[in-house]
Amino acid sequence: MAESLDQIFVSLKRWLLGFVPAGDVQQLASAILSLLPILIVFPTLFAITTLLERKGLGRIQNRYGPNRVGPFGLLQPAADGLKALTKEDLVPYAADKIVHFLAPVVLVIPVFLSFAVLPVGRNMVAVDIDAGLLFFFAVGAATELSVFMAGWSSRNKYALLGAMRAIAQMVSYEIPLILSSVGVVMIVGTLSPVKIVEAQGTYNGLLPDWFVFTPWGLVGFIIFMIAAAAESNRSPFDLPEGESEIIAGYFIEYSGFKFALFFLAEYLGMFAISGLGITLFLGGWNAPAEWLTWIPSWAWFFLKLLAIILVFIWIRGTVPRLRMDQLMNLAWKFMIPMVLINLVGAAVWHFMQPGLARWFVSIVLVLGPYLWLGKTLFQHQHLAKRTYRFAD
Amino acid sequence: MLGEGIIKGMAETARNFLGSYVNDDRLTTVQYPEERIPQIENSRQFPFLVFDGDDWHKGMRCVACQICEKECPPKCIYIEKSKDKKPDYMGKAQFYPARFDIDVSVCMSCQICVEVCPFDAIKMDTEYELSTTDRFGGLLIDKQKLARPNAHFRHIHPTDAAEVDARLAVEKAKAEAKAKADAEAKAKAAAAPKPAAPPPAAPVAA
Repeated sequence: MAESLDQIFVSLKRWLLGFVPAGDVQQLASAILSLLPILIVFPTLFAITTLLERKGLGRIQNRYGPNRVGPFGLLQPAADGLKALTKEDLVPYAADKIVHFLAPVVLVIPVFLSFAVLPVGRNMVAVDIDAGLLFFFAVGAATELSVFMAGWSSRNKYALLGAMRAIAQMVSYEIPLILSSVGVVMIVGTLSPVKIVEAQGTYNGLLPDWFVFTPWGLVGFIIFMIAAAAESNRSPFDLPEGESEIIAGYFIEYSGFKFALFFLAEYLGMFAISGLGITLFLGGWNAPAEWLTWIPSWAWFFLKLLAIILVFIWIRGTVPRLRMDQLMNLAWKFMIPMVLINLVGAAVWHFMQPGLARWFVSIVLVLGPYLWLGKTLFQHQHLAKRTYRFAD
Repeated sequence: MLGEGIIKGMAETARNFLGSYVNDDRLTTVQYPEERIPQIENSRQFPFLVFDGDDWHKGMRCVACQICEKECPPKCIYIEKSKDKKPDYMGKAQFYPARFDIDVSVCMSCQICVEVCPFDAIKMDTEYELSTTDRFGGLLIDKQKLARPNAHFRHIHPTDAAEVDARLAVEKAKAEAKAKADAEAKAKAAAAPKPAAPPPAAPVAA
């Protein structure tokens, strides 16, 4: 029973494919049947997330949040979608019209492509390629291009500023993002996301063998998630948007459905990269305990994804936006040294015999640099109450 | 330690998040169409014209002096003076506004018209649900729609209205006393023996 529920979507696909004649047509049908769920499930999750985010942020600020459309405001995403569709689509007079049109499209496509290599359940991956991780990062890097296309073609100073910020931020944070996942690749010895998940599938009594429950994995996971927030332009790294400074950043000149596409791509990018974080460190679709394996694997993946989204919303409601120099300092002076040391930690973990000594050495290797880097990062900063010379 | 502040901040936001479900006092939002905050007495939106008695046209205090029209900073008041006169609250014949329009899309609720009105004829209303589907005609309010009984003024601004009513009553009493005195004087003059009056006539005749 549990087995069939776990494989329900896989069997459904196989059953549907039975109606199609074998050969090239079946290959095509198989591809479409793998893609359709991605195109349906993740945008739906996006709709749910916008509502959750607005509700959650509202409650954090002691407001109700949307509660007008439908019961408890549940139909708010539908209303938002309708609004975006019915808005006038404005293109600035001086804009580069073709690039301006292409930018949101070019942004959405790589984001959808990156879902192709994510294993969302047992045997549930659209394309199982050996270098899946590499493919994911290669495709994810393409979003930078479209962000700059949007900023440049709008011919607006705010758009250009936002695009410049986005490029600087994404290039800087791509390094810790990739380096933090290199640790996992070193341990597992493969670039295939499916195999990485399978490597975390065992249980050692107390905890599952997820990489997040090792010292190097915990640091890797935290750095990965910080870099992921920066990659997907989430608060507190939403400088490219910077509503209070540069209004909406690179998509300031977009309205109507193109704006909605940017919004969609931003959230889908967040889901994709969170999904990768789950795959690398949180055991992918594996259940957190052996007696919980009766719950289908895909449910575990989406539960973990939802949990990470909630943490993202929580952080957005807490932390104010960084300044550009703080952003760069965090990436280059803290995260990159930390993640390089963490690679050594992963190597030590791999080569030492299992036991308390390994834990001790690993924790020292992680905690020492953390404290030292944290201290030196703020050494020359004298944080005090700000005084104003003329206003007082 | 690095990251301590973020943990503290997240604990604070979590407290706010959960607290808003437990304690309704935290939620400062008023869900507008269903619940409303009672307006304070000095609240004001747009002007209205006060009338005494039951008939808005007969009892309107405005005498079309056009001071408010001239003083209005955004020029949202338009007044046309009448050709004829009608009696005011003291019975004295006065002009009245043949047209009195206020464009509330222009009005900035500054209350200067109320300050300058020597007749206490224009006051500030507290009505704020004035949305309309016609942004030109719907927001141009004519004198019939502007007219509100004095009772309405007493209801929305009791302190102001009491002061205005007392002042007007005193003025009216004074005017009546003066009219009575004049009438008495006239009557006395009429009733008095003639000798006092004729003398100046003589030189004219001559």
